[in-house]
Amino acid sequence: MTARFRPSGRAVRPDAPASRFLVTPVTDTDTSLLDKAAEKAVRVTPAPLAFRVRGLSDRAIAWLFITPTIALLLAINIFPLIWAVYLSFTNFRANRPNAEIDGVGLTNYQRVLNDPDIWQAMQTTAHFVFWTILLQMLIGFALAYLIDRKFRGHAFWTTVILIPMMLSPAVVGNFWRFLYQPQIGLFNYIYSFFTGVPPSSFEMLGSVALSPWAIIIVDTWMWTPYVMLICLAGLRSIPDYLYEAAEVDRASAWRQFWSITVPMALPFIMLAVLFRAIENFKMFDMVVLLTGGGPGSTTEVASITLKREAFESWRTGRASAFAIILFVAVFGLANIYVKALNKVKQR
Amino acid sequence: MRKITKALLGATTALTISAALPSVSQAAELTLCWAAWDPANALVELSKDFTAQTGTEMKFEFVPWPNFTDRILNELNSGGKLCDLLIGDSQWLGGSAENGYYVKLNDFFDKEGIKMSDFAEAAVNAYATWPKGTPNYWALPAMGDANAWFYRKDWFAKPEIQAEFKKATGRDLTVPATWAELIETAKFFNGKEIDGKKVYGAAIFTERASEGITMGITQALYANGFKYEMTPGKYDMEGAVNSPDAVKGLEEYKELYKCCTPPGYTDAYMGETLDAFKSGQAAMAMNWFAFFPGLYKDENVGGDKIGFFVNPKGTTAASTLGGQGISVVANTDNMDGALAYIKWFAQPDVQKKWWTLGGYAVHNAVLTDPSFKDSQPFAADFLVAMNQVQDFWQEPSYAILLQAMQKRMHDYVVADKGTAKEALDGLVSDWTEVFKDDGKL
Repeated sequence: MTARFRPSGRAVRPDAPASRFLVTPVTDTDTSLLDKAAEKAVRVTPAPLAFRVRGLSDRAIAWLFITPTIALLLAINIFPLIWAVYLSFTNFRANRPNAEIDGVGLTNYQRVLNDPDIWQAMQTTAHFVFWTILLQMLIGFALAYLIDRKFRGHAFWTTVILIPMMLSPAVVGNFWRFLYQPQIGLFNYIYSFFTGVPPSSFEMLGSVALSPWAIIIVDTWMWTPYVMLICLAGLRSIPDYLYEAAEVDRASAWRQFWSITVPMALPFIMLAVLFRAIENFKMFDMVVLLTGGGPGSTTEVASITLKREAFESWRTGRASAFAIILFVAVFGLANIYVKALNKVKQR
Repeated sequence: MRKITKALLGATTALTISAALPSVSQAAELTLCWAAWDPANALVELSKDFTAQTGTEMKFEFVPWPNFTDRILNELNSGGKLCDLLIGDSQWLGGSAENGYYVKLNDFFDKEGIKMSDFAEAAVNAYATWPKGTPNYWALPAMGDANAWFYRKDWFAKPEIQAEFKKATGRDLTVPATWAELIETAKFFNGKEIDGKKVYGAAIFTERASEGITMGITQALYANGFKYEMTPGKYDMEGAVNSPDAVKGLEEYKELYKCCTPPGYTDAYMGETLDAFKSGQAAMAMNWFAFFPGLYKDENVGGDKIGFFVNPKGTTAASTLGGQGISVVANTDNMDGALAYIKWFAQPDVQKKWWTLGGYAVHNAVLTDPSFKDSQPFAADFLVAMNQVQDFWQEPSYAILLQAMQKRMHDYVVADKGTAKEALDGLVSDWTEVFKDDGKL
């Protein structure tokens, strides 16, 4: 069988004589599966189309294929970003279509950075991100370590543990709101059962002291299984021979844990930290459903402040400036972190 | 070839007809947007008459209160065509008028002989005019409303409770006439066991996200003489918004919240207040008049068990304004149909039926009817309240002004942040910045 491809892989007319091209004939015996597929594609390509494509370079064809994707990316991601940067230097308000748009220079940035409420929201976000990640890593890794022991019924328990992660944040927010209800909520009832404290005597969502922890508990409950999965993948990727060698060297279990398990699983743990940190930095839905940012502004994380600024106060220019600041912060931190992650992986 | 031509012709005709069909059906259809609450159901009933008379089908888009502002303002701001008619909050008037979202109705009113003097003056000012109080009409007053109170009349009537109250306070147990009495009565009931159940003093508004806590607190502020400006129209808020009277009003509201609300009552608005009362937990509660017909009909707490009263006095008599006007959305594809609905709705007979179905008509034909006061157990209170209502800012920037107040008030009342004076000073500072940005200061 004669191949109908030039070495460059460019498609040709199926009816063109093979002798016109610099093609090394191949036989059935050395035709790969890929070649067969390519031949089939050539055969089914209509002659006019094949004719039109003729003469295009590989680079041109590549551009032809990726142009729609790039156009979409520009339209959906890049253009709004550039537009938001532009708006952040104006006094634009989305609810004032008839008002003139004036440039205000760096005023929006100055106001955002000098606003104590914004710094309070950033502090609240940092508190939320730090504690959720710490707890999720500790519990998630511990669970993964236990599941990795492959005890009887471990597959069943893995599935059970994963259930919270499969729920929608909206559902989780709503039912935890009921669980935290001081008069009829199960959480207060259980606490009361073990401590004797009357269930109505404390409010998880209404107390300034407890509400930040209430949202941390819910996020940890929901997303620890996700961290566990990533850690489990890390643990299962460690070759057994390392432990066997350690056994031969009479290394203790404690020493094996710190010298083999943790370093080998570290890239996975760091990846989990990265995913969870980005996710929780922009946490919105669950907190809105649980506390709405309250009591007062106690649990108002940055994304809630941003939403209120953009779609309730309608100060679009200022909201854009805040969004850009958040974007730069997350992007910068994530980049530094990814570099650190790469270093760990290269060890 | 002829076959192909025929097929093309057929396809084109079909496409043309199918494209035309929606516009034909749109012409005989109107969508009215409002909040999802009891009066909306009454309006659905009422509008059946309009459909019977004109053949225009009425569609309704009712949005739950917590999302009402967000949803509808997003719709208006994005130039959406969802609503032909909108019963929007009074505070939206300024923005909607200046941004061209509502149709100005003066010419239409003149042409159709609809007179604003036929409606209660306070309602016209609040629900129809922008700039406020001027004869520039952007809506027809549709639903009068104010924040008021209701209580467990059966508990108040129990001899043993009356005796206990007399002993505790030295006065008879009656409907509170002042904010001091309101707090005293709430404290008396709070924690008491009645009919084998622990009850609480009062269910009040504390909601953070939309407008709840502001609508509750302004009851106390207005009653204590709170003013937005020292000189009306000058935006000189220092000394008015944070006056000693305003500080006192805010402190009273916090006292009521701290002493006497049910547990977990940190983010409560209309629904939660109704729940607390209907479940027999609260001796008194605040809410809008709009809910009173439903409450009176309630099997467990309605009828003889419930009583109603207007907002108690502080240094003055005042109530927080609710209610809305009905506007024609400028973006509508069915302007004639929408205007026809307004014309129909303004008729005295329709307004009377509106009241009987549970809507709060503010047409003089209804309000001045001698039988009005006795038509419902809360009708007389409604008249009193509507004569003493005060409204929040109706400025185009009302959303920012409201958000600032929601934050400052919730921080102080629920989250115990700072003092009442600090909260109000902060509010003056926030509002000053807004008006400076708007070029009004």
